[in-house]
Amino acid sequence: MSRIGVFLCYCGSNIAGTVDVEAVAEMARTLPGVVYVETNKYTCSDPGQEGVKNAIIEKGIDRVVVGPCSPRMHEPTWRKLLADTPVNPYMLEVANLREQCSWVHKDKAIATEKAKDLVKMAVAKVARLSPLHSTEIPVHKKALVIGGGIAGMQTALDIADAGFKVTIVERETSLGGKMVMLDKTFPTMDCSACICTPKMSEVGNHPNITVKSYSEVESVSGYIGNFEVTIREKAKYIDYTKCTGCGACETKCPSKVINEFEQGMSKRTAIYKMFPQAVPSKPVIDAEHCRMLQEGKCGVCAKVCPTGAINYQDEDKLTTETYGAIVFATGYKLIDWKPLYPEYGGGKYPDVITGLQFERLVNASGPTEGHILRPSDNKEPKSVVIIKCVGSRDPNKGKAYCSRACCMYSAKHAHQYLDKVPDGRCYVFYMDVRTPGKGYDEFYMNTVHDGAQYLRGRVSKIYKEGDKLICKGEDTLTSQQVTVAADMVVLETAMVPADGIDELAAKFTVGRDADGWLVEAHAKLRPVETNTAGIYLAGTAQGPKDIPDSVCQAGAAASKVIGLLNKDKLESNPQISRVNEALCQGDGACANICPYGAISIVEKQFRENSRKVTRPVAQVNPGLCQGCGACTVTCRAGAMDLMGYTNESIMREVDALCQW
Amino acid sequence: MRAIDLSAITDEDLQACAAIAAEAGVDLKDCYQCGKCTAGCPLAESMDLMPREIIRFLQLGDLETVLTAKTPWICAQCDVCSTRCPQNVDICSTMRAVRLASKHAGKQPVREADIFDDAFIANVKSHGVSNEQYLAAAYNLKSGHLMQDAGNAIRMLKRKMVGVAVHNSQGRAEVAALVDRALAADAKRRADASGKGGEA
Repeated sequence: MSRIGVFLCYCGSNIAGTVDVEAVAEMARTLPGVVYVETNKYTCSDPGQEGVKNAIIEKGIDRVVVGPCSPRMHEPTWRKLLADTPVNPYMLEVANLREQCSWVHKDKAIATEKAKDLVKMAVAKVARLSPLHSTEIPVHKKALVIGGGIAGMQTALDIADAGFKVTIVERETSLGGKMVMLDKTFPTMDCSACICTPKMSEVGNHPNITVKSYSEVESVSGYIGNFEVTIREKAKYIDYTKCTGCGACETKCPSKVINEFEQGMSKRTAIYKMFPQAVPSKPVIDAEHCRMLQEGKCGVCAKVCPTGAINYQDEDKLTTETYGAIVFATGYKLIDWKPLYPEYGGGKYPDVITGLQFERLVNASGPTEGHILRPSDNKEPKSVVIIKCVGSRDPNKGKAYCSRACCMYSAKHAHQYLDKVPDGRCYVFYMDVRTPGKGYDEFYMNTVHDGAQYLRGRVSKIYKEGDKLICKGEDTLTSQQVTVAADMVVLETAMVPADGIDELAAKFTVGRDADGWLVEAHAKLRPVETNTAGIYLAGTAQGPKDIPDSVCQAGAAASKVIGLLNKDKLESNPQISRVNEALCQGDGACANICPYGAISIVEKQFRENSRKVTRPVAQVNPGLCQGCGACTVTCRAGAMDLMGYTNESIMREVDALCQW
Repeated sequence: MRAIDLSAITDEDLQACAAIAAEAGVDLKDCYQCGKCTAGCPLAESMDLMPREIIRFLQLGDLETVLTAKTPWICAQCDVCSTRCPQNVDICSTMRAVRLASKHAGKQPVREADIFDDAFIANVKSHGVSNEQYLAAAYNLKSGHLMQDAGNAIRMLKRKMVGVAVHNSQGRAEVAALVDRALAADAKRRADASGKGGEA
């Protein structure tokens, strides 16, 4: 007969305010196998834990039920406590009396009844548990960072500085991400390139960092400490061991292509470096637009290259390596506003531009060499309208969320415009000005004092009259319709997840929210971890944020990775699936449903009825299994069991609920 | 400008405002007062309150202001506001609901609009379709603006846009029955609502 101890918690008044804990304790004393019941005001406190420990030893308890808050909160605490006692840490059941009872009910009588049921179920289940033991898994002391923007670079640098090897996979031809496209950064107005490009070269030269540019993750398998990742390095058609980055090829290439880095406002060649300070500081050939690769005629770059680095026969290269930890720093893109906002011209007016286009217009190395000239006729706009929340806070057309950085960068844009065009007028249409950050509100007020006219209201329509763009809005503070005849309009558009993140997240079984952002394990307490162990988040992959926040999160993710890589071995979670091979039919339903690819079907030899037979059975990879239990409910034969949550123990819970 | 005494707003006022919103299928709490509705409204300059302000007064529960406002009666029901609203608030239907509530409360913020509405319904009911020359005549007589748009009559006659002949649709009895049914259903709904102490 088991000797069960039940420890119920008041959680101050959190539980006791809605649940009569003493009545629950009274009931628990009558349950089969229960030898000891105790209540405590704060069971998780030091004296509370000490009491539990002492009771276990004094009363010879061999299984424990606790009735406090959610196991998500404190299950590790209780397991750690049991590790210091003769009781196996997995001979534990948590009856969640707070989140699933007292917090969601108002009526004390009903809540108390429910609490009793929860405790009954826990007691019934704990009686059927068996001890579990974790095993050790090795840790490969190398990290993979996906994305080479500011968040990815910072993460990589922090990990590399701690002495671990890091690989950065960057899909574009250069590191830098979005930050390197920006002109200046709020609130201090440092030149973005001046603080970003040194980081890029630091990353490029760091002995512990390998940069794989123009590369993408092809496939992944494995688990925490042991991720096997295949990376596809796209054909660059240039031998980087020979190329010196002299740039002769770029000056001679006859193909002219729209320049993505300059937001479509200028042209580049087919053999190109994304921008002059690119890292790696060597070009690639854009195969789609290269005359030699498309038509077999041209070859000018090969002729002018002094080192013979051009290789038209280059092919994609696949490499596979093992990493202990992975950081997603995949960033964002701007929402495609054109199909969503026909009332703003839907893209038919060239002088209605995005904030990122403005960044390039105002940048000294941009298409206009830093002169603010509107795209249609290269004239200096004397009146500019800035519209905030285009696609943000707009569930009808765009996204419901606030993109968080736009209030500040629109203030920056207004400031920069008024700085460069002192006789110009600048109008900012806003709904709210959100400036919670160090020095942020001061920055906004400075912009107001620069002369930016802030108008509280959304613009309803933009239409053309002559060479003016008429913006119709309401100044909601005076309840007047207002119109502005603008020379140029800047739309501060919403941030949305980067292209391809859906496929990538699926490969790594990282969760995404309704808007496509990657989901952290806990919004407050585990903000840089994902629900897949060993995979972390940095920067805007997780949601819209500005540069300071991205850098903070990058540091946090790096410290988590360093903590992991510092360990030589990890303890595995023993609460994983186990196959009863006698019952298994080998039909593979479990393998198909497993979201972690942890189950495979193998042919195995058995002795059945005094004969040797070979038949297929399921096999669980203990490193990959996360203990989700999907296989156990899928298996028709009932051959799959989740340790710690066996089918039998769950049926006992149901019995307790219905029969006790 | 008067001050609004928010404490003087009764539960009945709040319920009546909620009933107007419910009739329009609108959750007043969705509106965050961005003003995009007003910004695009083609008739805003003729209005006494901006469309956004009608929603705001409904949010506050200031029923009297809403029911006596000219704005809903000037609204042309063009639907631009609802189409562009980022929060999917159907401002256009709200205007119609306010107009109905205002009429049933015996208010007549824009006398001509009210007379025109009644003349239009009577016209459709008796002919099955709108006969514009009779509608114009009925409106001019009832409103006292006897010569309004009379200058257009000759040109419209010439272009055969209007005529002396009465056009009655074949199914005018069915149309009349439809109009009666709609009016009866509206009256019943209102009677039920006021029975529950809902709407004034």
